[in-house]
Amino acid sequence: MRLYSALLRLYPKSFRLEYGAEMRAVFAARRRDAGSLLGVAALWLETIPDVLMSAAGTHWDIARQDLRYAARTLRRAPGFTLTAVLVSALGIGATTAAFTLMDHVLLRPLPFPDQDRLVKLWENHTINGNFWDIAPANYRDWKQASKSFESMGAYRAQAVDLVGQGEPIRLEGASVTWEVFPLLGVQPLMGRFFQQSDDTTGALGTVVLSHALWQGQFGGDAGVIGRKVSLDGAPYTVIGVMPRGFYLPARDALFWTAMRFEPEDFQDRENTYVYGLAKLRPSVSVRQAQVELSGISGQLAREYPKQLANIGAKVLPMRDQVSDRSVMMLRTLLGAAFCVLLVACTNLANLLIARSMGRRKELAVRTAMGAGRERLVRQMLTESLLLSLAGGGLGVLFGITALPLLSRLVPNSLPIAEVPSVDLRVLGVAALLTLLTGLAFGLAPALRLSRREDSNDLREGSRSGVGGRKERLRSTLVVVEVAGSIVLLVSSGLLMRALWRVQATDPGFRAENVLTLRTALPMPRYRSRAAREEFYTRVLGAVRQTPGVTGAAYTSFLPIVLRGGVWPVEIAGRLQDGANRLNASLRFVTPGFFSAMQIPLRLGRDVSEQDRFDRPFVAVVSASFVRRYFAGENPIGRHFQFGNHDREIVGVVGDVRVRGLEQESEPQVYLSYYQHDQVSTWYAPKDLVVRSTLPTEALANTLRRIIREVNPEQSVSDVQTLTEVVETQTSSRAVQLRVLGAFALVSFLLAAIGIHGLLAFNVSSRMQEIGVRMALGARSSDIGRMILRQGAELAAVGVVFGVSLAYGAGLLLRSLLSGVEPGDGPTMLAAVGLAALMTIGSGAIPAWRAARVDPTMAIRAE
Amino acid sequence: MLRSQDSDPNSLLPLPEATFHILMAVAGEDRHGYAIIQDVAARTDGSLKLSPGTLYRSIQRMLEQGLLEETNERPAPDQDDERRRYYRITEFGRETAKAETRRLTNLVRLAKASGLAPGRA
Repeated sequence: MRLYSALLRLYPKSFRLEYGAEMRAVFAARRRDAGSLLGVAALWLETIPDVLMSAAGTHWDIARQDLRYAARTLRRAPGFTLTAVLVSALGIGATTAAFTLMDHVLLRPLPFPDQDRLVKLWENHTINGNFWDIAPANYRDWKQASKSFESMGAYRAQAVDLVGQGEPIRLEGASVTWEVFPLLGVQPLMGRFFQQSDDTTGALGTVVLSHALWQGQFGGDAGVIGRKVSLDGAPYTVIGVMPRGFYLPARDALFWTAMRFEPEDFQDRENTYVYGLAKLRPSVSVRQAQVELSGISGQLAREYPKQLANIGAKVLPMRDQVSDRSVMMLRTLLGAAFCVLLVACTNLANLLIARSMGRRKELAVRTAMGAGRERLVRQMLTESLLLSLAGGGLGVLFGITALPLLSRLVPNSLPIAEVPSVDLRVLGVAALLTLLTGLAFGLAPALRLSRREDSNDLREGSRSGVGGRKERLRSTLVVVEVAGSIVLLVSSGLLMRALWRVQATDPGFRAENVLTLRTALPMPRYRSRAAREEFYTRVLGAVRQTPGVTGAAYTSFLPIVLRGGVWPVEIAGRLQDGANRLNASLRFVTPGFFSAMQIPLRLGRDVSEQDRFDRPFVAVVSASFVRRYFAGENPIGRHFQFGNHDREIVGVVGDVRVRGLEQESEPQVYLSYYQHDQVSTWYAPKDLVVRSTLPTEALANTLRRIIREVNPEQSVSDVQTLTEVVETQTSSRAVQLRVLGAFALVSFLLAAIGIHGLLAFNVSSRMQEIGVRMALGARSSDIGRMILRQGAELAAVGVVFGVSLAYGAGLLLRSLLSGVEPGDGPTMLAAVGLAALMTIGSGAIPAWRAARVDPTMAIRAE
Repeated sequence: MLRSQDSDPNSLLPLPEATFHILMAVAGEDRHGYAIIQDVAARTDGSLKLSPGTLYRSIQRMLEQGLLEETNERPAPDQDDERRRYYRITEFGRETAKAETRRLTNLVRLAKASGLAPGRA
């Protein structure tokens, strides 16, 4: 019987109280009738599922009634319902979107089996603490000597012109060694991968297409395997198509070719240009592999002290390719979203408490009619859950809508899709959030409301709730809201200041009115310098003759995009040891580059048309180059060894931020492209910069026409203004700021609603008192001030908490602040000022209403 | 939730099987819960055994719908158990049971007309 009584506890309390005794009596009778042991066992077998089923059913009966009732009451108060649904939708939406992004970038496994064993390999340049790509000779030696890896492969980014599929187009892709695809554990959608034989010199060219390229350029042709295509003028055979969603090395990779090492690739240990990818043996940890590889690279450094001093090896899990800054950005976003959710929840609790006070009489009537506390709490919770459910549904929609914007924060380097998808996992989190929100903001009011002492609410004019515990609770909630919104406001303020600061950084050139585009010359056709020079000369000649064009030049890489390379500098008489390596970043340019970019010429001259291959090699260097290597000397006419030749300094130009706006300048060397001796096709000028007053669209068309006239098969890509190039630098910051700013605005509005609601309710329930005060001689202005003061006190407490919390948040955000202090005065002042304005704004109407109370009416109404 | 006695009996049709059986069980005399279970079992030759869970869930709903009411008249103390509660059919319950019977009769008539059951329409 005890077991049966325990089972009965599964029923709702009200049901148990009503029928429990009787059910026990029935059970006792049935057990008596069951007789034998077997009969009793059969009775239990029948009883347990019956209780489970009918208990659930009874709960559902009540829930259905409650839902019907809740829906009816909510329909009767559309203003309240709409506000509550929107408020929870904003909180849940923000959190869902932020979580989706975080999940996508940081939590979700990479789309490869055994991803825990996948690592990337880097050269570790201990002098400047940077990880670099690897020189092929080092890669080969690491691979031969190491035992930690099941397999090791290499790849490099590659861009080619695809001809023969309509307009010539420029494709970004990669060349990979044959090991890469198998070690990732991926399968082609169609066809096959590279085999070892594809990597050997003299083998026919083979290419694997990405799903996007197959769909876009080949129309999803099922017979594409075996098709011949021309990449950079060389024949290739399509051997495979990758499944959708395979990305390597970056999301814009459209094709893969087999990478071949020629004997000369292993000559130079300082020319680093391949990326290493490896799979650990099952029992080997990243640490063990690191120890082994460090030993091998140490051995190599002893063999090649000149080239490899201070160059080690670094093993990093493939998962860890997300930069600290990206992680920080995502965490900030999630933190901010939770802050919005918190503010939204407190606001909802406040709304519900205020509403419940207005419903005291209704609930008192229901209590008087015999509804138990459990029943009332259940009813209230059903109501708040219904609200949060509606809010959650709407919130998920908000979240999905916001994702394409947020996706700009997904790092390009991860082999995952750009726009995260909302899946079951995310929906599960959203459902949990919804449930918690509903419970969180529904429980406090429900419990408070159902207290027995409230039954005296039946008396007309009862004043419980004003000035009492409920008011204190509501005031606390308002303080939390104000504090939360101040945190968001200050954080986004700080990030905004950081963004301005970065945007205000002088890049060293003037980006306005410059259009750029890329014409990468395919190599077999342009292998000879003469062919390349002819192309550049004809294009630049025609461009410069275009009316409205004031400057045009070619360069190997645009400034501030993270490309290009750093080369060792040798100066006669300067010691070049490991700890003091001299180097500079290198760009080949055509004459006129500095004037087209408006990079100031400080000393000497620009490279000129006369600086030909048969003339002495010259260089233009940057101011920081002079500061570092020729401080206090006249650099003009000095010589140094750079890029395999002796160079004479003929000019000095201003510094340019070559590695982005947020990185200090480093020494730069500009060489004339006429003196480009095929060290590497990588450095062949490919970016055209044109300064003009013409509209972008018209100029772009003119440039395309000119290039087509010079070579109809030449692809044109990356047409954009230089301003756009610069803006890309700060775009992830700008997106984050926009999102945070929106969060801050929302929470600020919520806080305003909170203060307004509290004061308005306060005024309406203190009518009598206000009337008495006025009858006793208080002036309208005194009354108005009294109400405003109440709001101001709450806001002040909220601001004090908020500012100290915001300072803490600022300390956490430091790495994103780019030099702005966490306690930045203007930002703090602005936030406090806004909070003051908000308090006055949201208290104005209640204060005005209070001031206009007619004392005789107010007293008589009571 | 209490339904007024003059509301339309047809509004509850079709009745759940358990509800109809309970109404039949109490149509003749007031009964307590276990007696209803036993009566239904006897009436259906044991093919329908109402479980206590189903029974009391149905009773709760039927009380709310006004099909049943609880009665304070109790049998002689020597035949009574003080934990028992006795249920009586209301006028509305009777009307509803009749309406359900009519509905089922019509249904059977239609089934016969379609040749699905023995006998004439």
